[in-house]
Amino acid sequence: MVNRVVTGAHYGLRDWLAQRVTAVIMAAYTVIAVTVLLGGRPITYAVWKDLFSQGWMRVATLLFAVSLAWHAWVGVRDILMDYIQPAGLRLSLQVGTLLVIAGYVGWTIQILWR
Amino acid sequence: MSEAALKTPARKTRPKYLSLQALLFEIRLPVAGWVSILHRVSGALLFVALVWLLWMLDRSLSSEAAFEKIKHYAGLWPVKLSLLALVWAYCHHFCAGIRYLLIDLDKGVDKETARLTSWIVLGAGLALTALLGWKLW
Repeated sequence: MVNRVVTGAHYGLRDWLAQRVTAVIMAAYTVIAVTVLLGGRPITYAVWKDLFSQGWMRVATLLFAVSLAWHAWVGVRDILMDYIQPAGLRLSLQVGTLLVIAGYVGWTIQILWR
Repeated sequence: MSEAALKTPARKTRPKYLSLQALLFEIRLPVAGWVSILHRVSGALLFVALVWLLWMLDRSLSSEAAFEKIKHYAGLWPVKLSLLALVWAYCHHFCAGIRYLLIDLDKGVDKETARLTSWIVLGAGLALTALLGWKLW
């Protein structure tokens, strides 16, 4: 019997679950957004600006962005784990990915609440 | 033991390595494998394109003049073509993702159904791309 804890318990399960929950959130947002955008009025600046100044749209878009950030992190990390073998390079790319994703979330907040 | 078995060489010369030639011409993925690798490729593509999409969202919401500029920019054919590729990536990723969620719930895991749903995902991805492309332009 080998008793050892290499990483935290349920480490893989949490990411697996997060990948799926965030996917469902993004799918719901996508269906709503496509329905609203293709639903009638031609998209002029006024319509576009008005849509993104509604409280519910801002919050929903932020929820989408955070879901996308988490989803993309798990996905990109999986790709890096599969194809990048040298530990140093992989770690650097993973850290870089995290920073880029955090930056994107910050940028999204800036775009939404301007 | 039979004659034939005794004559079989101990080491078979099978190409177990992954050469470029093997990848391109010898290994043929089943259709579910294509859905899977395209799910990964489309996901990676969308992640790489995110900076561009965010930039366009940023510009389009900054002022009326910038909105018109982005609208014009999105109408240029290389931009249009790239956007259409991203629309396909999104649609494929979306459809394949739904298939994986169903598989997680133990729906459609037998071989025939899994093959059928793989074809449906490939077709639906392209059909949605065509529909959205037609609606948008």
